[in-house]
Amino acid sequence: MTTQADDELWSAVADPSRRRVLDLLVSNGEVSASWLAGRVPFSRQAVSKHLVVLEEAGLVSRRKQGREILYQVEADRLDQATRAMADLADQWDRRLVAIKRLAEAAHAETKKKVSRTDRGKPS
Amino acid sequence: MATQVIEREVLIDAPAEVVWRTITEPDQMSQWFADRVDLVVEPGAHGYMGFGDQGGPVVVETVDPPTRFSYRWNHPRDEEPVAGNSMLVEFTLTPEGEDRTRLRVAESGHELRDWPDAEKQRYADEHQHGWGEFLDRLTSVIATPST
Repeated sequence: MTTQADDELWSAVADPSRRRVLDLLVSNGEVSASWLAGRVPFSRQAVSKHLVVLEEAGLVSRRKQGREILYQVEADRLDQATRAMADLADQWDRRLVAIKRLAEAAHAETKKKVSRTDRGKPS
Repeated sequence: MATQVIEREVLIDAPAEVVWRTITEPDQMSQWFADRVDLVVEPGAHGYMGFGDQGGPVVVETVDPPTRFSYRWNHPRDEEPVAGNSMLVEFTLTPEGEDRTRLRVAESGHELRDWPDAEKQRYADEHQHGWGEFLDRLTSVIATPST
């Protein structure tokens, strides 16, 4: 499983709306919440909520410039998130290989028993 | 509609019934999955999976032997897992000839809740490869230092 910090990171990027916000920040650098709201299919309030979650997970930081608040991606934390996702894929690969090994061994065992029964005399 | 996070598959030289037992029987699950599996494989059943000194609650969703098994996890401890606050893990078993089964596992994330339908479809189309694409993009961004 994952640690508490990973869980936060995980749920922050697991939401497609937040991934969309993150995508926009990644490709456009420092931008404001209103700028983001003009480019997503959800409300300005929803954008603000997503930014709060992303900030809490450490993926995004804010800076005040004049009367505007600008948001940008935290590259190190994003790198961590990327690795967490790659780890998840690896984890499932390892599990599937283990399932394959167990199921094939169980099946081979059953076949052996059946062929012994067929012959009618155990060796 | 859930957005897929990860999808993996493997071809197994065993009938679907055998693979089914491997993925659903707690004593088998503890050999490939969690250290501690406390679970009744019935729709709606609440269980627990432990990984070393960590672990978490699991709620079984679909049990359709020997083809479909799914459960939800990674939801907040004090909430019931539903679409929107949890991850859905789905196993699909497809027989491929005699004694051979394709096992697919998909882990999907939170639903697109407050989006218009057309937008949801467009986003799903753009992201049909799930996180693989997102990963690639993130990796390329991280490899390019910003100024």
